[in-house]
Amino acid sequence: MPFRKQYRPDQPSWLMRIGAFGGLVFMHVPVFIIILYAFTTEDRTYQFPPPGLTLRWFQVAFARADIWSSLSLSLAVAACATAIAMVLGTLAAFALARAKFPAKDSLTVLFVLPIALPGIVTGIALLAAMRLAHLDASFVTIVMGHATFCTVIVYNNVIARLRRLPTNWVEASMDLGAHGLQTLRYVLLPQVATAFLAGGMLAFALSFDEIIVTIFTAGKERTLPIWFFNELFRPRDRPVTNVVAVIVIAVTMIPILLAYYFTRPDDEHETAR
Amino acid sequence: MSVRAASTFFYRRPNWYLALLLVPPLLWFGTVYLGSLFALLAQSFYRIDDFTAQIVREPTLATYKQVVTQRANIDIVLRTLTMAVAVTIACAIIALPIATYMARFARGRMKAFFYVGVMLPMWTSYLVKVYAWRLLLAKEGIIAWVFGKLGLLGLLEAALEAPGIGGPSLSSSYIGMFIVFVYMWLPFMILPMAAALERVPGSLLQASADLGARPAQTFRNVVLPLAIPGIAAGSVFTFSLTLGDYIIPSVVGAPGYFIGMMVYVQQGTAGNIPLAAAFSVVPIVLIFAYLSIAKRFGAFDAL
Amino acid sequence: MTAAIEFREVSRVFGDVRAIDDVSFVIDPGEFFAMLGPSGSGKTSCLRLVAGFDSPDRGQVLLDGRDVSSVPPYDRNVNTVFQDYALFPHMNVLQNVAYGPRVRGVSLSEREKLAREMLELVQLGAQGERRPAQLSGGQRQRVALARALINHPKVLLLDEPLGALDLKLREEMQIELKGLQRRLGITFVYVTHDQGEALSMADRVAVFNQGKIEQLAAPRELYSRPATAFVARFVGSANVAGAALAQSITGVATPFAIRAENISVHGENAPAATNVLSAPGSVVAVQYHGAASRWQVKLDAGDVWSALVTEDAARSLNDLAVGARVKLAWPREAAVQLSS
Repeated sequence: MPFRKQYRPDQPSWLMRIGAFGGLVFMHVPVFIIILYAFTTEDRTYQFPPPGLTLRWFQVAFARADIWSSLSLSLAVAACATAIAMVLGTLAAFALARAKFPAKDSLTVLFVLPIALPGIVTGIALLAAMRLAHLDASFVTIVMGHATFCTVIVYNNVIARLRRLPTNWVEASMDLGAHGLQTLRYVLLPQVATAFLAGGMLAFALSFDEIIVTIFTAGKERTLPIWFFNELFRPRDRPVTNVVAVIVIAVTMIPILLAYYFTRPDDEHETAR
Repeated sequence: MSVRAASTFFYRRPNWYLALLLVPPLLWFGTVYLGSLFALLAQSFYRIDDFTAQIVREPTLATYKQVVTQRANIDIVLRTLTMAVAVTIACAIIALPIATYMARFARGRMKAFFYVGVMLPMWTSYLVKVYAWRLLLAKEGIIAWVFGKLGLLGLLEAALEAPGIGGPSLSSSYIGMFIVFVYMWLPFMILPMAAALERVPGSLLQASADLGARPAQTFRNVVLPLAIPGIAAGSVFTFSLTLGDYIIPSVVGAPGYFIGMMVYVQQGTAGNIPLAAAFSVVPIVLIFAYLSIAKRFGAFDAL
Repeated sequence: MTAAIEFREVSRVFGDVRAIDDVSFVIDPGEFFAMLGPSGSGKTSCLRLVAGFDSPDRGQVLLDGRDVSSVPPYDRNVNTVFQDYALFPHMNVLQNVAYGPRVRGVSLSEREKLAREMLELVQLGAQGERRPAQLSGGQRQRVALARALINHPKVLLLDEPLGALDLKLREEMQIELKGLQRRLGITFVYVTHDQGEALSMADRVAVFNQGKIEQLAAPRELYSRPATAFVARFVGSANVAGAALAQSITGVATPFAIRAENISVHGENAPAATNVLSAPGSVVAVQYHGAASRWQVKLDAGDVWSALVTEDAARSLNDLAVGARVKLAWPREAAVQLSS
């Protein structure tokens, strides 16, 4: 009997495996390269492979006051924007998750518009408004811009969770004697808490890293991304820039991983229905 | 009034409850966001006086006329649009095997590994990634080094000599810019595509195989059509993000302007806010046009 | 005596659909009341009005003689066992059961004591620390029951509570629920689409169809004297003769129902007997069920009727196969006249 190749529908072809794993490698190489360059001894060009490795640039970077002030500004902006976004996004999600009313579809569009439209539109729009209102760029204007798109992130996370909750949990709670606030506290909040936190984490990471809108609303303020952006065009201190890149990766990575942990599919919840 | 009485008050008046929830976010979005968009729109109907360089605050279509009639401006729009379409297509092609693998074949830990593996670079700092590509694409950078080691430097140089898309090095050519765009938006294509494929029952693939289809046929006839709503949803992101970006074209790439850069430069060094505003209306219009197309392919079902 | 529940000309409309269409009825205290009907017939909509999850567009719902239209669910002395149980996944079994006392401000030690008693009542004493996800379907059902009963409601609403259980467990739970209801003396309102369940447990059954009650009666009456063709078919799986067919058989155009077990099958040329009605037809199918077999016969008038033939009676019909000409016959008094 001639040899016949077996077709296994539950196994991917080799072509697909190569495409999948190759794609994954492609997505990670630049990140690893950045981390590698933070340790290179070469300080003039982007020479590869690095001629040697050193920890010296971290020391240099930590001694720079401008980096510290930009870092603390970015952290403060992210904290304020996230706090506002967690309140506004959660309120909007609770309002739109279940209720039916005529303007609902328009509001749903409105609450995702800041991430559906390019960031530059939001940025230039805020700038145009600031000019018309004779409002000077400041910490407050940065936070206003950031809170707007951060709200969308929190809203998306919370509403996705709310929509997955069976309606009859609320009914069951009220049926057993709990009024609205008790139902919120004992049934809804424990279920939504992780999505709420995850939304906050992502919002924080997004705000910390934002540049496109920030450039328009920052004026003379220098957030860390703006500091970084300026360095790209004035590459005096390449090694320091590399170190800041690694710091930025680290600061954003932590909330992202926490957010993933909070929203990973939970078997218990899935089968409890 | 007790908490219980207050709860009952709002229970009986669901509209009041709804208003209580909606007023704060609506106030914020209504004033800060919609207000700004209207301000933008208003500015686009002003014009700048050519002699005094002052903004003339009377309604006029002169600025829009400038955008749609000047050859240089039309070129900018077309250049951006071409790049957005090319990036979208490339992202869809590269994303397909990854999304299919993670949604249909990977199980358990491997699946989690893939999802985290896509999420992490997606959320890694935008600027850092752009910066990384500047290093990768530089003349003495890693890509040139790899081509050199493989003895293919001639190939790279031939590509860079291609008219229109080439340049002195990868980091100052449209090829380089294209690679960076594709890299940056790839996760935005993978995730909706994987989500769309996750919803396909596994029995469909088995049924196709059972009916005699080879893997390639199953892929083409079953998987691909089912991935289309996901591709449509992902393409909204890749298209929109490319249209509006101004960082990537100014850090990596050829000297030709893109819409985002034009907006940035006009509001900044040129101080021509009306022209910047009118230019930023272009991607808004293009995106709404694109959304209406994507909707037909089920993009909103896959979001 | 005040009615436990009263519906007065209640209507509820969703868009174009009249989910409840001008329905009135009374449920007595301590009664086991079943609402029976196909899905979308309005039975669950009625239940939701009693629980307070919804309010009527027209008419009144009274609990204990009081109009409750604007009373929220948490202020009604009514509790519900949901079809999918609606147990809270982030609480263990004990916390689920203790939820009612908790939101009423009962202290932790007191409410845990109450919850343990309730778990004993439903024979789940040892499962208090487990999560709902770790329980079997039958156990979750009992937790839902204990959680609803801990508030000592005057009325317990059960929405297809056994729908997710397998047949054997379902039969056990039917007996247990009935026993529990007798012992506690609570009014049970039981929604189901399974006529066997309704007939075997309820004191009275309301048969719902398209938002209206077709018939409200005790199970025995419902089965032996269905009022409408719908009830005859849905409750008794009876054969129904419409006006035209009734005219051709009896000479009177009054529709009637006749149950399969009252019909005997004869050869085409069997002699007529007094006080026996008959209709000719041909055999479409014979399904063997052990003690009896069900014969599907297409009447010459066009309707397909079924007759339940015992093994004894079947022996004389050996030579009749699918396609054979037969005569269906039944005692005149076995036919039930219908109103529509």
